[in-house]
Amino acid sequence: MSEDSKANALVQVDHLKKYYPVRGGVLRQITAWVQAVDDVSFEIQPGETVGLVGESGCGKTTVGRTILNLIDPTDGEVFFESKNIYDLGKKELKQLRSEMQIIFQDPFASLDPRLSIADSIGQGLRIHKRGSRRERFEQVLDILNKVGLEEYHARRFPHEFSGGQRQRIGIARALALKPKFIVCDEPVSALDVSIQSQVLNLLRDLQKEFNLAYLFIAHNLSVVEHISNRVAVMYLGKIVEFATREELFREPLHPYTQALMSAVPVPNPDYERNRIILEGDVPSPLDPPSGCRFHPRCPSVMDHCKEREPEMKPHSSGSQVACWLYE
Amino acid sequence: MTENQKPLLEVKNLKTYFYTRDGIVKAVDGVDFQVKPGEVLGVVGESGCGKSVTSLSIMRLIKKPGKIMGGEVLFDGKNLLDLPEKRMVDVRGNDISIIFQQPQSSLNPVFNVGNQVSEVFRLHSNLKKNQIKKRTVGLFQQVGIPDADEKVRSYPHEMSGGQAQRVMIAMGLALDPKLLIADEPTTALDVTIQAQILDLMRALKDNQGTAMILITHDLGVIAEMADRVAVMYAGVIFEQTDVRTLFNKPLHPYTQGLLESIPALGEFKEYLTVIPGSVPSLIDLPPGCRFASRCGARTKYDLNICTEIEPTLNDLSPSHSVRCWLYQDYEGHQAILDVA
Repeated sequence: MSEDSKANALVQVDHLKKYYPVRGGVLRQITAWVQAVDDVSFEIQPGETVGLVGESGCGKTTVGRTILNLIDPTDGEVFFESKNIYDLGKKELKQLRSEMQIIFQDPFASLDPRLSIADSIGQGLRIHKRGSRRERFEQVLDILNKVGLEEYHARRFPHEFSGGQRQRIGIARALALKPKFIVCDEPVSALDVSIQSQVLNLLRDLQKEFNLAYLFIAHNLSVVEHISNRVAVMYLGKIVEFATREELFREPLHPYTQALMSAVPVPNPDYERNRIILEGDVPSPLDPPSGCRFHPRCPSVMDHCKEREPEMKPHSSGSQVACWLYE
Repeated sequence: MTENQKPLLEVKNLKTYFYTRDGIVKAVDGVDFQVKPGEVLGVVGESGCGKSVTSLSIMRLIKKPGKIMGGEVLFDGKNLLDLPEKRMVDVRGNDISIIFQQPQSSLNPVFNVGNQVSEVFRLHSNLKKNQIKKRTVGLFQQVGIPDADEKVRSYPHEMSGGQAQRVMIAMGLALDPKLLIADEPTTALDVTIQAQILDLMRALKDNQGTAMILITHDLGVIAEMADRVAVMYAGVIFEQTDVRTLFNKPLHPYTQGLLESIPALGEFKEYLTVIPGSVPSLIDLPPGCRFASRCGARTKYDLNICTEIEPTLNDLSPSHSVRCWLYQDYEGHQAILDVA
């Protein structure tokens, strides 16, 4: 990535690390560290969607939450419009919160059942003291329209809505303060296919209208391909490949990306493919393998993969990949 | 597979309702299908369409407030719904077994997994203790659990999701059933683990000729595994045919919409096709076709009958049936589209 694109980046993540302590014994001393996120760097331009894919436990959600300063990092920095978000005072941080928002996975658990939809969506506006009561309500109605709900929905409560509608409410909540950046954490994985496409189209429309940048976290590669401009593939706390959508799906470089893509069931019974079936399970991030973390499952493993960890390096295709096959 | 082969399982007009405080939920409302020996029938549909309740009804595992209201489940010619519970216990495991979506919560946390698998033999066979142990370890090897000798002593919490699902499959296979019902067997698993489990199930089908009912919401899994497919919506089957025809020439507007609304790897389009609206409540079903309010074809052809009378599942050919007025005549209504 050139220095120029770094300077213009909306969000810049620099060597981000998040370790969780594991306590044990009588004295509850720290006995080990879970390396949930281990040295992750990337940046997001205004109005672009960066997809973050990986299997459960790879650290993708932790990345999203750490970027929003919802979780303290162990090490590393995150810049939002060139400001280091971990150096901000309380006031500045509150100001910043209105510019970066999050949409959660489970639309059933992420809404307060005792707040009406209008109160839920307007909560941010109230906290940030935007306009009078009346103006705020007007704004809520406006947002409801934008996400495809009706004005009469404003007075209702979460239990009266279906999963798809609740996700629209979650999106409305995130949009209320007119943010520039939204972390979408598995926003469609709890939804049925016919509803999933409605929500994906909505996210795309809103992005165009408000020039939103998304960090789109998901385990479903087809969904990530559909929505993202660029994609980061994570495995056990590390990004192993970062590429534009076209490059990644045309020529996946990392053996893990290749296996991940070949494992996705294709809705076409005539489709023939070389399926790469990975052996074994994802190792525990408590005790990640030495060298390259993927080496115990890698079909192309070489001797030095077991000892030395590969770094993210640019590849001739324009992608970045952390794999000894390309060094 | 020959056309005239006798079906292993035949479900006829099955109805299962739930009596809730809010009203009667017609979860399964007249379902018909057949499974032939050695065949994989895929049942696909969105949440609440009745696909899981169908499988639980076949096994007679419906609990209150649910009740099987009518229909027949013919297995090898005998109606399972008429059997006394004692005989049904023999059917479960011996003839038909079922595996569930959440392997970790389907296993008992206080017994080791070997114990739980060998329980099947203790209850259903006269094998001696050491024979049971041998068979259990053998099953673990068959489903691809490494270090089977050691792993039989593990507890569920010590296993990953993929391994727990292998244990469930081992349990399901223990008595060599003729039919395995797999209810969303890979939904809780990661893609690379899903690929392993699907591979295992494919091997079972090929080597042992186990017939399967594979229930899933994932059309990709259906395309890879199923021989024939039933598409369910709001408690009924909308379309039923072989897997190739379903994907290449779907007839029901819902099937068509479903296939177009999923993003497919490597086929980029900016906007996905959308099925507007959502599934109707099963308590208060509208008259007519259950899909009418979301159906684009109804508006396109300006059909009134769709909101008045419910279509039946109609055989358009011996291997393709569809529940839609587009392809059906009725008093005063003529089919719009001719498939032949």
